[in-house]
Amino acid sequence: MSTNAWLPLLILWSSLVPGLIIFSLDESRQRLRTALNLIGAITKLLLVAGLIWGVYRELLFEFRWTLAPGLDFVLHADALSVLFVSLSTLLWLVTTIYAIGYLEHSPDRSRFFGFFSLCVTATVGLAMAGNLFTFVIFYEALTLATYPLVAHKGTPEAIRGARIYLGYTLAGGVLLLTGAVWLRTLAGPLDFAQGGILGDIPGLDPDALRWIFLLLVAGLGVKAALFPLHGWLPRAMVAPAPVSALLHAVAVVKAGAFGIVRVVYDVYGVEFSGELGVLMPLGALAAFTIIYGSVRALSQDHLKKRLAYSTVSQVSYIALGATILGPLATIGGLVHLVHQGVMKITLFFAAGNYAETLGVHRVSEMNGVGRRMPVTTAAFTVAALGMIGLPPVAGFFSKWYLGLGALEAGAGAWVIPVLLASSALNAAYFLPILYRAWFLPAGPWPLENHTHHRGETRPSLQWPPMVTAALAVLVGTFAAAPFSPLEWVELIATREYR
Amino acid sequence: MEQAQLMFAATGALIFVFGLVAGLRDDSLLGRIIAINISGVGLFLLLVALAYRGLCQAADPIPHALVLTGIVVAVAASGLAIAIGRKLDELRNSSHRREGDSS
Amino acid sequence: MSSLLVLIATLPLMTALACLLHPRGGDQLSLVASMIQLVASVLLVTELPSRSSLSHALGGWAPGLGIALGADPLAGWLVLLCALVQFATTLYARFYFCDSQARYRLWPLWWLLASALYALLLSGDLFNLYVTLELLGLSAAALCTVGAAKAEALEAALRYLLLGLIGSLLYLAGVALVYAEYGTLDVSALRTLISSSPASLASLVLLSSGLMIKCALVPLHFWLPAAHSSAPAPVSAVLSALVVKVAFYLLLRLWFELFTPVVTSAFATLIGLLGAIAVIWGSWQAFRATRLKLLAAYSTLSQMGYLFMFVPIVMALPEGDTRQFAYGALLLLAVSHGIAKAALFMGIGSLQQHLGHDEIDRLGGSARKLPVTLFAISLAGVALVGLPPSGAFLAKWALISSSLVSGQWWWMLVTLVGTLLAAAYLVRVLGAAFAPTAAAEPALPTCRLALQQPALLLAVLATFGLGFAASPVWDTLSLSPPEVQR
Repeated sequence: MSTNAWLPLLILWSSLVPGLIIFSLDESRQRLRTALNLIGAITKLLLVAGLIWGVYRELLFEFRWTLAPGLDFVLHADALSVLFVSLSTLLWLVTTIYAIGYLEHSPDRSRFFGFFSLCVTATVGLAMAGNLFTFVIFYEALTLATYPLVAHKGTPEAIRGARIYLGYTLAGGVLLLTGAVWLRTLAGPLDFAQGGILGDIPGLDPDALRWIFLLLVAGLGVKAALFPLHGWLPRAMVAPAPVSALLHAVAVVKAGAFGIVRVVYDVYGVEFSGELGVLMPLGALAAFTIIYGSVRALSQDHLKKRLAYSTVSQVSYIALGATILGPLATIGGLVHLVHQGVMKITLFFAAGNYAETLGVHRVSEMNGVGRRMPVTTAAFTVAALGMIGLPPVAGFFSKWYLGLGALEAGAGAWVIPVLLASSALNAAYFLPILYRAWFLPAGPWPLENHTHHRGETRPSLQWPPMVTAALAVLVGTFAAAPFSPLEWVELIATREYR
Repeated sequence: MEQAQLMFAATGALIFVFGLVAGLRDDSLLGRIIAINISGVGLFLLLVALAYRGLCQAADPIPHALVLTGIVVAVAASGLAIAIGRKLDELRNSSHRREGDSS
Repeated sequence: MSSLLVLIATLPLMTALACLLHPRGGDQLSLVASMIQLVASVLLVTELPSRSSLSHALGGWAPGLGIALGADPLAGWLVLLCALVQFATTLYARFYFCDSQARYRLWPLWWLLASALYALLLSGDLFNLYVTLELLGLSAAALCTVGAAKAEALEAALRYLLLGLIGSLLYLAGVALVYAEYGTLDVSALRTLISSSPASLASLVLLSSGLMIKCALVPLHFWLPAAHSSAPAPVSAVLSALVVKVAFYLLLRLWFELFTPVVTSAFATLIGLLGAIAVIWGSWQAFRATRLKLLAAYSTLSQMGYLFMFVPIVMALPEGDTRQFAYGALLLLAVSHGIAKAALFMGIGSLQQHLGHDEIDRLGGSARKLPVTLFAISLAGVALVGLPPSGAFLAKWALISSSLVSGQWWWMLVTLVGTLLAAAYLVRVLGAAFAPTAAAEPALPTCRLALQQPALLLAVLATFGLGFAASPVWDTLSLSPPEVQR
């Protein structure tokens, strides 16, 4: 096996091995557990840096292992997987630090961090999956690894939320499995390739391909929270804040969106799917989900629920971008994978800080939190403005490229209004929060958690939102710099349309 | 097949079926064990009939071997079933007695 | 390497005798014997690729009169499954039965059951198979009574014994018909002889119905839930993982090797249909079960159903790679279910010993107290549901794909529904275990790790081992496909 086969495997192991060791650790070994977590996260980050460099140089990274005749387990790194791998690796590091602070003194931490590591392992594996079969394996593994995290608190509410989550995702997994097996019997091994593989295979029945597309997208749409499959997401917010951050920004929702992108670009091929006529319905559904999520977010008083509906809406930008033919829309959709992740994780960190420090769970309780917790609220503000699409925060660029792409493809007539309406709705549900937080007099908090730290809350809770908010601004400001997400996505787009 | 052989075989098959039906009915334990044994006897009769190769000729040894083995197995199985049944009775009686004592 | 066959077939019998004569040494003897058996089985399986099948005539008597031992890949893999499960459950039983008196009674029967299992897998003669079947039924029923303190357990054991006897009688009747028609009972000789005739059909039906009682195919399943759920945990593990599996193995032999001219596609579809009913009905009953062991027993019922669903699919496929793929998947599913179910029963046994009950609604807090066991149960559950990365996932993928290829997509629907139902009953258990402790429960002692480890070992093996290293199963099969030997 060459070095190039080892690197994807090592990236996988760098979180798997610490995770497995953490499971066996006693509850009281906090230092060792923290050390293992951080060593794993940092090692992974370094390995991913190597991977980015290698993929930029167009080196081939592939690990192949035969599980059964005709079914290969393939890890493969291309530009698209690197985008997702680096996003989840970076955000995992930040989320781990946040989770260590958030769960201080709470029980069952070995179990929590063990599954936390397994979860990121599954995400990274999913990003590097080289064919649909491997993708399905990691997609299901992700479901299994996140279930104990959602159920972590063990309250009846948490267990119910987790059960609903599992019900939705397993049903989705079954649909995905069916589609994948069917396609495998028709079209062979299904190794992902830029530009798609189905267009080159003669003699495929277009009707069967349309049905399979429906099955695949329905399976993936559950995790991507496409309407009407989004029901689990608002209910899963019973999970602890770091888990919500993980679900919404790093792993689960992103895995679904990433899968849709993979299927459209690297299995069907965007041009071939256009010929099949499957893109238009998916695009319309995505557009509807964008509006629907925003409208539902408006009426939520529970902060995490409002953020959850906001995720429903924002993630569909990625699917929307994938359905519009042309490099510019591709750029807009894919770059939102990163941008939405960075901004949404900031929002969830901030929401967790409010809940943990002040006991504030509802928007109506947020009066004046800005004065009590200025740093957290500043981070929240930056991310919220980014979500609305205000330059120079990252979110603006996604919408800009989506709009340009739609115009280029001649779909501007319906995409641009959707984008504008969504921005207006985003403003309508975020600005009142900001107004309350900064300008209304501070009310009595439900629970003032008197910490003996000098800052507004524990440092391990305060730093992560600051870092991710700064990242959201940096990514936007230096969008044109080499190796910025935007530049990288342009690389993907040029390779896809080559 | 000669007529006598056929008669034996048919009788054996009939006994086998009767025994099986009786064994499947929810009867007393002893009844079921006996029924299963009778069913076995029917089967052995059938096998012995199959072994017949005509007057003044040695019978086919293999069905006989089967029958011998089958008889041994049937005895052992009946013994085990009765042993379990006795243990069951003891357990039930003692638990009845305990209930009787406490009340 | 035919001496390997002799070793595997006779070592359990000798161990049974030794444990009977020297009860105090039973613990050590059993441990050593199960290890030797495991090593021998691994050697046997590694030996398989170099030749199509192994055989040995005991005492130099030729097949027909003497007893011949033989192993092809199908038998070889099941021998390995038996040895693995036997090894783990022997380790487990040592700690499960704290009372040494119970262990004195256990070991001879335990090894008697093992010798029946191995002899059955290695025999190539319909009448020897009858003897091993009887031995299997008797020793299994006797094992159910070890340490039994409840009348229900004994009743279930008795019922199991009597139904087993009826099954064996039916089988023997089938054997008699085969002998009357073809004049031999040697499997390899019969392979070329059997042709389609009313007598063949009658003997096929008798043989199959006898064996179907033993592997609890719906509608002959009614004895299984009670028997498997009331036996002691190590015994339940062996019953569910191995005893029903070897009866199924015999059926496979009959349908795919001996009676191929007689088995029509309508017959195969009927079998598949019964399997499909078992899948759905078993999963549904498992979902509604209130006790963990009952859940596991019903889950066995539904998992056996998947194996039967493979039959019409494999029958419909043309000989060659696609058929090989499905046949290998069938074998893989049987092996992976055996390992996972043994792990599940052992995990449940640990829970039961620790909590004093196995009611699902009262599991609260056990995830915190017995994390190793709960982890083992979850992993075993993953393998039972057929989620990746388990071996059962590969098998289910193959099942779905083969059902599409053979144009029988309805089996796919059953598989999918069954998978979701299986996930549902698993989640019920995990949800209950994750819930906080009920206040009224007394404080519990911590469970010994030695009791928890064997379950974890098997669960990891079923999930990751078979998931990532299952391709040898297909490799050995493709060298000597049983269908092609004809």
